[in-house]
Amino acid sequence: MGSLAGSADDARRVLATMWTIRRFEEAVDEMFARGLLYGTMHLSIGQEASATGACLALRDDDVITSTHRGHGHCIAKGADLGRMMAELLARDSGYCRGRGGSMHIADVSKGNLGANGIVAGGIPIAVGAGLALKLQGTDRVALSFFGDGATSEGAFHESVNLAAIWDLPVVFVCENNHYGMSMSVEEVSRLERVADRAAGYGIPGVTVDGNDVQAVHDAATEAVATARAGRGPTLIEAITYRWKGHSKSDQNLYRTREEIESWRERDPIDRFEQAVLEAKTLDEDDIKQARDQARDAVRDAVRTGQSGPPPSTDLLGAVYAPSEVDALTVASLGPPAEAGAPTAAGGSGPVAAAAGARGEAEAP
Amino acid sequence: MREIEVPMPKLSMTMEEGELIAWVKQEGDQVRAGDVIAEVNSDKVEMEVESPADGTLVRHAAAEGDVVPVGAPIATLATEAEDLLGGILGPPEGEAGGEGNRAGQGAMPAPAAAEAPSGAEPDAAPAADGPRPVVPAGRRRATELGVDLATVTGTGPEGLVRVADVESAAGAPQPHPPVGGAPTGRVAGPREEGGPLSTAPTPEPTAAPGAAAVGADVEEVPLSAMRRVVARRLVESMQSAPHFYLTVTVDAEPLLAFRAELNRQLAPRDEGLKVSVNDLIVKACAVLLRASPDVNVSFGGDKLLRHRRVHVGIAVAVDGGLVVPVVRDADQKSLTQVAREAGELIGRARAGKLAGDDVGGGTFTVSNLGMFGIEQFTAVINPPEAAILAVGAALPEPVATDDGVEVRRRMRLTLSIDHRALDGATGAAFLQRLKTTLEHPLQIVA
Amino acid sequence: MTATEAGVETLTFAEAVRAALTEAMEADERVFVLGEDIGVYGGAFGVTTGMLDRFGAERIRDTPIAEEAIVGAAVGAALCGMRPVAEMQFSDFTAHAMDQLVNQAAKVWFMLGGAVSVPMVVRLPFGSGTGAAAQHSQSQEAWYAHTPGLKVVMPSNPADAKGLLHAAILDPNPVVFMEHKLLYRTAWGPVPTGSDPIPLGVAAVPREGGDLTIVATGIMVSRALTAAEELAGAGIEATVVDPRTLKPLDEATILERVRATGRVLLVQEAPRSGGFMAEIAARISESDTVYYLEAPVRRLSGLDAPIPYNPDLEKASVPQVPDIVRAARELAEAG
Repeated sequence: MGSLAGSADDARRVLATMWTIRRFEEAVDEMFARGLLYGTMHLSIGQEASATGACLALRDDDVITSTHRGHGHCIAKGADLGRMMAELLARDSGYCRGRGGSMHIADVSKGNLGANGIVAGGIPIAVGAGLALKLQGTDRVALSFFGDGATSEGAFHESVNLAAIWDLPVVFVCENNHYGMSMSVEEVSRLERVADRAAGYGIPGVTVDGNDVQAVHDAATEAVATARAGRGPTLIEAITYRWKGHSKSDQNLYRTREEIESWRERDPIDRFEQAVLEAKTLDEDDIKQARDQARDAVRDAVRTGQSGPPPSTDLLGAVYAPSEVDALTVASLGPPAEAGAPTAAGGSGPVAAAAGARGEAEAP
Repeated sequence: MREIEVPMPKLSMTMEEGELIAWVKQEGDQVRAGDVIAEVNSDKVEMEVESPADGTLVRHAAAEGDVVPVGAPIATLATEAEDLLGGILGPPEGEAGGEGNRAGQGAMPAPAAAEAPSGAEPDAAPAADGPRPVVPAGRRRATELGVDLATVTGTGPEGLVRVADVESAAGAPQPHPPVGGAPTGRVAGPREEGGPLSTAPTPEPTAAPGAAAVGADVEEVPLSAMRRVVARRLVESMQSAPHFYLTVTVDAEPLLAFRAELNRQLAPRDEGLKVSVNDLIVKACAVLLRASPDVNVSFGGDKLLRHRRVHVGIAVAVDGGLVVPVVRDADQKSLTQVAREAGELIGRARAGKLAGDDVGGGTFTVSNLGMFGIEQFTAVINPPEAAILAVGAALPEPVATDDGVEVRRRMRLTLSIDHRALDGATGAAFLQRLKTTLEHPLQIVA
Repeated sequence: MTATEAGVETLTFAEAVRAALTEAMEADERVFVLGEDIGVYGGAFGVTTGMLDRFGAERIRDTPIAEEAIVGAAVGAALCGMRPVAEMQFSDFTAHAMDQLVNQAAKVWFMLGGAVSVPMVVRLPFGSGTGAAAQHSQSQEAWYAHTPGLKVVMPSNPADAKGLLHAAILDPNPVVFMEHKLLYRTAWGPVPTGSDPIPLGVAAVPREGGDLTIVATGIMVSRALTAAEELAGAGIEATVVDPRTLKPLDEATILERVRATGRVLLVQEAPRSGGFMAEIAARISESDTVYYLEAPVRRLSGLDAPIPYNPDLEKASVPQVPDIVRAARELAEAG
């Protein structure tokens, strides 16, 4: 497998992605601290490598599901920063038109089926996506991001098992950041590693250093190939750490400052930059350029987001998709103009899809 | 090196302000990003404020014990770290977009959005067919009082029968007995103004709350000042004067013949003056009012006011409402004078050019809908007058005479009287005399 | 039993559901069925008998006992362009899958600002009367009707089952389709051939009568119709209204029919407290219709108790025909 640090293009891409995630999360952190953001935010500072390395192994037409800590995944899968920021600022121009917030950002046109506010909520959905992609006869893959906490949910067990017995093209990526909110991973299972659970489903399981973007990328590339070839799912455990509290209400009572500090010494972005410099693929200026571009992109995103209009107040009209077989419901919210690309979400368009259902199924 | 403000951070979803308990780093201290610089208390929870960047804590901006709102500065930090969002953040918005919440479910569409039936809806009238709306408590009361709901007129919207209606049906005499069993049309009924009672149960997604509550089926037309006044006066009249109605049928043939002959004879003398049937009626009424002082009265609360002069108003329909110009001292004026004046008043009324002197002060009103082919109607008294005459069209009818059956033109006159000021017998006598006069039209000018 | 005349055949409720599924799958490759024992076994109630042979194992998918994954997979598949029809073997088991149904399926369209919808159907065999006892006999339509974003359909006869299932599959929203177990074999009737959908949100009025209005759902509709015949013998004529779709509810038809008689009896199998008929009662009393009432709104519902095993107790737990007759007579005389 190719070395990311050894390829200028890859290195730039990796740096751009990781720095964009880092800066985006820092911006969110600052804005929240100033009281500019409503609700709560779950930041993934420190976990940039797992999102970046995994998504780099995917094609544009592959799909992902994400978690409540999903900004990094969304960005790594190509989300528009301005629309993300607009959503966090609860504007109509946001991905969810101001109705979803941080935990429900999705970009269906880019294969992102959404962050999820329910722990393990996205895992069955990824399995369903894999099922659809297989039934449609494609070689597309579904990748599910989840945390160590999710592995305790029944939904994890049922979903991994289902994907295993049906050889579905799914890659399960567990970002083990050691804590399910406040409960450390050692306390929730007798297994040393989350990846050991894979054996219980008869599928391959692999543990990697989640802060080593190369390691994550290698594992993901192999798992994606397995899935594409029709040989079923893999469980990847990426060991990482989150610098910030679980959410903005987290007082970090369950871990020590020393622990947090020690992980910050192992900053995944830092490590990759070192690797790139050592390989002499890029120089300090290139790296600074990547940082600056990320900073500028995030600043633009904030400006864009802030200029968005408030959302429509018609809530009742936004509950159901428009339907041709419902005599009562009048839906006022149609899909945004640019969403719903056929490859990623064929059945989603409202009226047209319903009308097309009879006789004109588009199985690619 | 630049100086940045360290704000009191929002450390939880609900935090709005924090109390600075203790400074952990002092002015001048070197700090690293993430170092705890202060302890704060919010919502009874102790939390730590971290330095946002590496640098020197130059100044404290708040003292221990201060309560600082989220976003307000507590310290200044000198740092070389890059300022990620400097200069592009807008002011704190608090609940950004939070108010979108309320507009959803709770907003009731305004009453007009419900299918407001027009006055023509059959169930507006207390019809014998179909169910009638009765307040649930009204039914109970009707049972208690032994009232047959079918005989109760509902005064609520859409003819809703209320408890008070049931009670008054049990006690007082019926206020509006239909005359002669014939359906009575009203010139203008106050009943139509009630909107639907519905509390509009929140319909499924169709309701667009707030915006455009009046749907595509209803257009709002603001009331003209005239219509407002008319509406008010009519309500006043119906609510204070107990109306009592008397109808006679007048053989119009003599009157029409008289009018034709009169106009023929007037033609060479009076340029274009044509006396109308209405002019004849107005004059006849005036003469009779002079002869019947009991009818030329107003109800004065605790007394009866007898007017010494006779001023007859003529109801004229104009754009946007109704006006009643008055022919003063109509009994004193000749028929042609009355006709000429009436013609001018009506002309001015229709052109919207009535002067203040033209209206008001009447002691009786004549309202004629004959030109619309209306056979008969009951008019609303023009307060403070005590009576109003409603004139229907003169229409050919088969009539039994001594010689068999003839077709003759007849018209119906309905007199509405204020029962406080006039009793039935008085009204009946007046109406009878009017009939006789009109059927012997020379008496009008005699 | 099928006899075909011009455009109509006689089918049982189960056959009607199967007919709709079959027609939908033939017309649209995106439709597939998943659930426990629905393939080889033909479904716990025989609804999907023969479909495995006809469509193959890819589209008629037997699953492990994993309700959350079944419904979740349906959500994911729907997001990616398929039209899954998931079956919960007994409606009671949906409790396992509530996160995927309530927190995911129901909310995606709204939470994602209309970016993508979830065109899926979850079929729920439900109801009591088979001796299956407390955990296999419930009627929990109120749970789903109370969840914004779901549509809830409860057909009472084979023709409606077929037409409404077609609509449910065509609808781009998640639809909970509730099939009373007792109806599968015992209800049969004329069913139109062809795959015309019956629109959601339209109530049916299978019987007209001027003395009182009975609103009933599910198996209570046929019980109400039977009761109405008996009432007619006593000179009491009842209108029977079958909402068919609980969400969105054809409130207008119901209110109109209540106004016409001034007396209303609401009949559900589900337990009384917090049941769906409470919603209909509220719609009556919060509207003009209340002014037409000549007696209080009457509800007949299941007991606020789990369904017992003993057959007599089981019957006594939910409204039966004599209960409806009795309640209707009392209602006719009240007020």
